[in-house]
Amino acid sequence: MSSNTDTIRELAQQEYKWGFVTDINEDRAPKGLNEDIIRFISAKKNEPDFMLQWRLKAYRHWVTLQQSDAEPKWANIKYPPIDYQNIVYYSAPKQKPSLKNLDELDPEIRRTYEKLGIPLEEQKMLAGVAVDAVFDSVSVATTFKAKLGEAGVIFCSFSEAVQKHPDLVKKYLGSVVPYTDNFFATLNAAVFTDGSFVYVPKGVRCPMELSTYFRINAAETGQFERTLIVADEGASVSYLEGCTAPIRDENQLHAAVVELIALDDAQIKYSTVQNWYPGDKNGKGGIYNFVTKRGKCLGRNSKISWTQVETGSAITWKYPSCILQGDNSIGEFYSVALTNNYQQADTGTKMIHLGKNTRSTIVSKGISAGHGQNTYRGEVKILKDAVDARNYTQCDSLLIGDKCGAHTFPYIEVKNSTARMEHEASTSKIGEDQLFYLRQRGLKAEDAVSMIVNGFCKRVFRELPMEFAVEAQKLLSVSLEGSVG
Amino acid sequence: MSLLEIKDLRVRVDEREILKGINLSINPGEIHSIMGPNGSGKSTLSQVLARRETYEVTGGEVLFNGKNLLDMKAEEAACEGLFLAFQYPVEIPGISNAYFLRSALNAIRKYRGEDEMDAMDFLPLMREKLKLLNMDEKLMNRSVNESFSGGEKKRNEILQMAVLQPKLAILDETDSGLDIDALRIVAQGVNTMRSPDRAILVVTHYQRLLDYIVPDRVHVLVDGRIVRSGGPELALELEDKGYGTETGARSASATPA
Repeated sequence: MSSNTDTIRELAQQEYKWGFVTDINEDRAPKGLNEDIIRFISAKKNEPDFMLQWRLKAYRHWVTLQQSDAEPKWANIKYPPIDYQNIVYYSAPKQKPSLKNLDELDPEIRRTYEKLGIPLEEQKMLAGVAVDAVFDSVSVATTFKAKLGEAGVIFCSFSEAVQKHPDLVKKYLGSVVPYTDNFFATLNAAVFTDGSFVYVPKGVRCPMELSTYFRINAAETGQFERTLIVADEGASVSYLEGCTAPIRDENQLHAAVVELIALDDAQIKYSTVQNWYPGDKNGKGGIYNFVTKRGKCLGRNSKISWTQVETGSAITWKYPSCILQGDNSIGEFYSVALTNNYQQADTGTKMIHLGKNTRSTIVSKGISAGHGQNTYRGEVKILKDAVDARNYTQCDSLLIGDKCGAHTFPYIEVKNSTARMEHEASTSKIGEDQLFYLRQRGLKAEDAVSMIVNGFCKRVFRELPMEFAVEAQKLLSVSLEGSVG
Repeated sequence: MSLLEIKDLRVRVDEREILKGINLSINPGEIHSIMGPNGSGKSTLSQVLARRETYEVTGGEVLFNGKNLLDMKAEEAACEGLFLAFQYPVEIPGISNAYFLRSALNAIRKYRGEDEMDAMDFLPLMREKLKLLNMDEKLMNRSVNESFSGGEKKRNEILQMAVLQPKLAILDETDSGLDIDALRIVAQGVNTMRSPDRAILVVTHYQRLLDYIVPDRVHVLVDGRIVRSGGPELALELEDKGYGTETGARSASATPA
């Protein structure tokens, strides 16, 4: 077994492949946070007054939260205090104020995305995927706008939405995650710089997958993006999100907010492959990922489905949730979270059942290797008017090696006696017998581990769009390299 | 030259010596059987030859095809052509039987410098072997050994052997848990694998498998040593008289372990 553990260790020590830095002129704010910085950001983005006022309200609220030490401490993660005055809250690549077409994009940025395997030229794109590329604080390119426009779908950067569709923004911004929601969401509301905006009009099935690719480049910056997706009555959309960052010794903060709204009969599928820089094998550096993601099934028969593959970040604090308000609405959460080396993840979901006959499904697969600590935290709440609500939860943990940890905190609160709840949980170790069996058939130790882990995650990978599923499997193998035998 | 040459092999598990100097030589084309009572070291021998690392080899030498087997990792031994049919096949949830088998075949082909086989080329090969073992094709889309019956698991082992075409196949108690019909099918499958350049080592507690797979040589393993060797008639004698009272072992026709 000892040599098995060695191989596990070696697998775990595979290097991060997306850690390069792009040399580019940045336009950045001075370090620190105060009302002037908020005004600076708002002015930079040429925002209408309602946006500035909303940001200022959020900022003032955040100051009170900070004074009362309201940064959440309940998660099963450890990190030194974050100095919020030592962060740059706005950094943007210098370029022409607005791009007429993709050819005007800075070639360095274009090359960055090519290196990441995200070509922005539309003709080279995988058929059927439109991309919004967010570089540090701002969106640098959105592809396939014209084609989406024909279908009436709005897919643009958040900044552009504020300019061109202020009524939609005003109506839905903060309607799922209010600026008072939690410490990090409040901070985001004050300083967020960009993100993606999607509106799918009544009865429209979005003709292609939408995708945002987030890249943190600049040093000492935080990334605070905000995504808002609205599917009007009978509309449907599938949205993918990917993220990477350069290798840096200091930790960088990422505090995003995502709000989803599904009206009557609408469906939103939101998939994430999160691969922020996880820190080195000794736990130095890496992204602190404090993210608030929530969807509201506002209409009858609506459906919101979250799928996430979390392999990056030094710390992940993330609970993509569903508020099932409309009758017969459906919420789903499928998650694979992997922690290796000294990574820590506290992730899960909340399913809040308000409407009648609402259903939710939770499938969580946690994998811990190295010294990684992986926590599932989930809450299922059936409120008193939610007649005939149902929840199914499956929560599995897989341990690789003997220095990592898996933890599970399920909370269940039922206020209506017609509810039906199912909860299954398991914890297993990659067995020496499984590894020996696969190796006896000719597979190398690391391929054997990768096969066992992929088998373990299959239920979740099945939910990902095809190209993403393949990428997720590869990513998982790479993230595990150096971990078994 | 013999395919497998074991010289004075000594193996320890947790301070206890299990194999106390094994000598055995197997030539290509031969079928050998190792019989012995429970706890005699049969399974230990199979697993050590397949290079399981939980055993400590304290002495001796093993040559496989002229190479030092004890220097090889499990996957190297497999790629060199050594196959172990497990007594307790392991379940791999979420991985289809077909995908697993093709991955194994390709790992071995790659090791030998051959091209990998794609799913289209693999399918007819797999179908042919399934037929041989009278197995349902549906088993190939199920997760490896998961919720397979005992008989299905054992047949699946032989199917893998038939696809991977090893030089030396070790069958570790392949007859345990099989009813007579399944036993016959498994034995048939094994017999079709007989070839002048392949050797088979049948490790078993009972004689009944040897009614169907007739060995060239039978060795009796008792308390970590081979105490007798002979032709197929030796198996019948053991069936009759047991492994001998002087060792304190139980009769070979005792109730199943």
